[in-house]
Amino acid sequence: MSTLVGDRVRLQPAPAAPEPRRRPSLRTLLLAGAAIIWILGFVILHGTSTLTLPASELTDLHRSLNQFNAWVAANRADNPVFLYVFTPLRAAVDAVANLFLTTFAASTTGLRLPEIGWLGTVGLLGWIAFAIGNARVAVLTVAVFMFFGFQGLFVEATYTFALVLTAVLLTLLVGIPLGVLAGVYGRVAKVITPVLDFMQTLPTFVYLAPLALIFLIGPASAVIATVIYAAPPVIRLTAHGIRGIPENTREASDSLGTTGLQRLVNLQLPMARRTIVMGINQSTMAALSMVTIAALIAAPGLGQVVVRALQSLDVGTAVNAGLSIVLLAIVLDRVTTAASRRAEPGAARNRRVSRRTRYILLGVSLVLALAMVQLSRTMLWAAAFPADLNIGPVIVQAVGSASQWMQANLSLFTVSFREAVTTGILNPFQSLLTDTPFYILVAVIAMAAYALGGWKLATLTTACLGAIIYLGLWSDSMVTLAGTLVATVVVMILGIVFGVAMGRSERVDQIMRPMLDAGQTLPAFVYLVPFLGLFGATRFTAIIAGIIYAAPVAIKITADGISAISPTVVEAAVASGSTPWQVITKVQLPMARQTLALAANQGLIYVLAMVVVGALVGAGGLGYDVVAGFVQSSLFGKGLAAGLAIVFLGILLDRMTQAAAATPVRKIPSPKTTAT
Amino acid sequence: MKKAGLLLKRTVPAVAGAAAAALLLAGCGGASVNQAAAAPAAAGAAPCGSVNVALNAWVGYTANAAVYSYVAKNKLGCTVVQKDLNEQISWQGFASGEVDVVMENWGHDDLAKQYITQQKVAVDAGPTGNEGRIGWYVAPWMAEKYPDITDGANLNKYASMFATSESGGKGQVLDGDPAFVTNDEALVKNLGLDYKVVFSGSEAALIQSFRTSEQNKTPLLGYFYEPQWFLSEVSLKKVNLPAWSEGCDANPEKVACDYPIYKLNKVISKKFEDSGSPAAKLAKAFKWTNEDQNSVATDIQGGMTPEAAAKKWVDAHQQAVDAWLG
Repeated sequence: MSTLVGDRVRLQPAPAAPEPRRRPSLRTLLLAGAAIIWILGFVILHGTSTLTLPASELTDLHRSLNQFNAWVAANRADNPVFLYVFTPLRAAVDAVANLFLTTFAASTTGLRLPEIGWLGTVGLLGWIAFAIGNARVAVLTVAVFMFFGFQGLFVEATYTFALVLTAVLLTLLVGIPLGVLAGVYGRVAKVITPVLDFMQTLPTFVYLAPLALIFLIGPASAVIATVIYAAPPVIRLTAHGIRGIPENTREASDSLGTTGLQRLVNLQLPMARRTIVMGINQSTMAALSMVTIAALIAAPGLGQVVVRALQSLDVGTAVNAGLSIVLLAIVLDRVTTAASRRAEPGAARNRRVSRRTRYILLGVSLVLALAMVQLSRTMLWAAAFPADLNIGPVIVQAVGSASQWMQANLSLFTVSFREAVTTGILNPFQSLLTDTPFYILVAVIAMAAYALGGWKLATLTTACLGAIIYLGLWSDSMVTLAGTLVATVVVMILGIVFGVAMGRSERVDQIMRPMLDAGQTLPAFVYLVPFLGLFGATRFTAIIAGIIYAAPVAIKITADGISAISPTVVEAAVASGSTPWQVITKVQLPMARQTLALAANQGLIYVLAMVVVGALVGAGGLGYDVVAGFVQSSLFGKGLAAGLAIVFLGILLDRMTQAAAATPVRKIPSPKTTAT
Repeated sequence: MKKAGLLLKRTVPAVAGAAAAALLLAGCGGASVNQAAAAPAAAGAAPCGSVNVALNAWVGYTANAAVYSYVAKNKLGCTVVQKDLNEQISWQGFASGEVDVVMENWGHDDLAKQYITQQKVAVDAGPTGNEGRIGWYVAPWMAEKYPDITDGANLNKYASMFATSESGGKGQVLDGDPAFVTNDEALVKNLGLDYKVVFSGSEAALIQSFRTSEQNKTPLLGYFYEPQWFLSEVSLKKVNLPAWSEGCDANPEKVACDYPIYKLNKVISKKFEDSGSPAAKLAKAFKWTNEDQNSVATDIQGGMTPEAAAKKWVDAHQQAVDAWLG
């Protein structure tokens, strides 16, 4: 918690000079008191009541959760829930998934060629991109899909694409109605928001195993897991879009006597259209990242290539496939963004080509696309991508040797750096968390929570900690917490340094942004192997993985905050003779304070999302329990408990940072945004 | 109802596919190259059909699966579908029909009990002929420099050398993939070793650690197993713990002996066995030695595709393959 306290203290000198007030001083006193109790407790009671549980041992709760596995097996055949809900659901989802898989990726008969070969796929998707977006994204789509072929990964890429398509369609089918309900009825929103929080913080590994048990392995489970992960953004943004319609517009329509349904169809949905399409964009990106992970439960596609490469430590192959994933992400992002621009009210007016020309163009290109489809069904060269146009091995080899060179030449340096950070910062901090008796820590955190957010927050945090203790994973949670906080501090430093640079200069922004996008969309599996070579299987490596994933978000949010500051203010400061350093520290950072707090909050949540992946390279803690539960049936219950513990940790950290971000004078509810 | 579900699962895509195909055929009057080519292929492959082979992570497994797939495809005319899956998940596939064959199984008494004895969806298809050995290993340079390190009784003498930032002052024993059976925490406790088990979390992490240990001559003690392709790159040396004897590992918390030698076996789904497919007979008959497996695994690791490596071995061992098919 000390970092959170530290953050708050650093953020304290707000631009509006704080007058001496009762409340902040009490707050400072409480926080200082909490720190003193913590240190005293650590020194005096060192090593007692730490609630450690060795990795291979279970509590009774874990054993009873293990029963779930046996229960599913016993009830699959005759339990009505399975007969009338799960089995038909699986069949239906499987049917949709197989339809898209046979269309784009591979059929189960004959030469196992898809219904539409590569030429047809490229033509059809290019046309769709043109129809819902514009010519530029259409060219991008065609180029990228051709590139998949050159990489030698066309079939894998279409598998992934087909699964994403299925998942996104189902997500919209479920998500948009729910979002509309949540937008129209405040009560529904209240019920649904905590559920969405839960869905987004629960590590995906936790529900992969139970889903595979219930729905069996294969495309259906993969799609259902993806829908669970991808639905929250579209639900949130749909609700947000409908709620964001100005009150007077609504009243104007009400005064004309519209009924509820008319209002929804004629006013709310059209006006919220752009926000909804943004939600679709977010959900699509989430679906893509999840489909990659679903390779672990036999989802075909690029994810499998990456996972297999990780197992044989083949960096080149992993990067080649990872590149495809990033490119697919870019295509999906740009096409849906272009679609959302097109959906903007008034977008039609300032277009260069007239509506009529556009329709003619669309018609002509459709005929062309259909001809390509037909060719790809009848000609072998247009059905399967020519194997001799394959530059995949070149990429694989180049990347492989580069990574080997790095590992051979840098590892001594990186190892000593790792040792310094681990022994200097991580180990003392972790021991402060794991070796202090649990009751002292609960009291300390509750006091800090009270200081930051009053009784309500104190009760909430105590409840979260109580739940973690009940789950029997206190010590592992503290290991995870230590790593998470250290990673978040680094993320914030990077966020401020690069965010300020990007916010101040358009050119830096242009250079940085594609790299940030890649950092967010590249599956972590891809860069784990070279990092293992550089840093070994340690908690440090896991922290680096978390930083790579979380820093882009923090940097983007900070950059937006800095560039949103009115230029007149900055100019005024420059005119009064401030150096650039003074402008940054005295004007820009203080004015972007709210945004920085949001960046810290999101950075933390993103780091937490990587806890499980970090466990694959030595993070230990809760992440390891989740991974072990996924792969060993005797540890299933413990993995489930660890997943829940991560959720509780996430809620605790999220609420505490939000409270710390709110100013002491008037509470600004810091916007709880979804993943950006 | 399950039948109805299955029926639905099969018919809906078929109907949709047929409708789409019919539309396109009617519209454009051309037959799909896929279906046109399908006819002769199907005629040749009549008796076998398709086989779903689970592909577990380690290359030894890949070698088994590659040779099996190669023979099934080229000698029996089956359509082989390989699926990259984790061990635990592969077993779940027996129930759903997603998996027909697991080509190398390491013990897994809990899974065998659940899927073979209780649910009766899988059957033991006999030994692969390979013997598996689990244990604690060190890099070869260490065994050379400290000859007595391979005796487990001397481990405490070297504990401080194995200490890392992760092991809290004690010596480190690095464990790998959480899916693998391990008694290491109990071993450290019951053998009175001044060590701490550190969980690297994955196979990849473990192998990379051993590789670095050999390259940079950094001390490392870790869990490993053979047959494993990595041993042909760096021939790790096993540290001998008190020898295994029948029943010494019966109580997982009291284990104070080395791991037993595993007779690796194959597992196939009950449905697949009952189908009478020649590929099922092949799976049961498949048997070879550690050397055979290592030669194929080394070829694969050296950059050959699994299929090419399998072909090379099959061409060189016609008799053995004929015996499986006989």
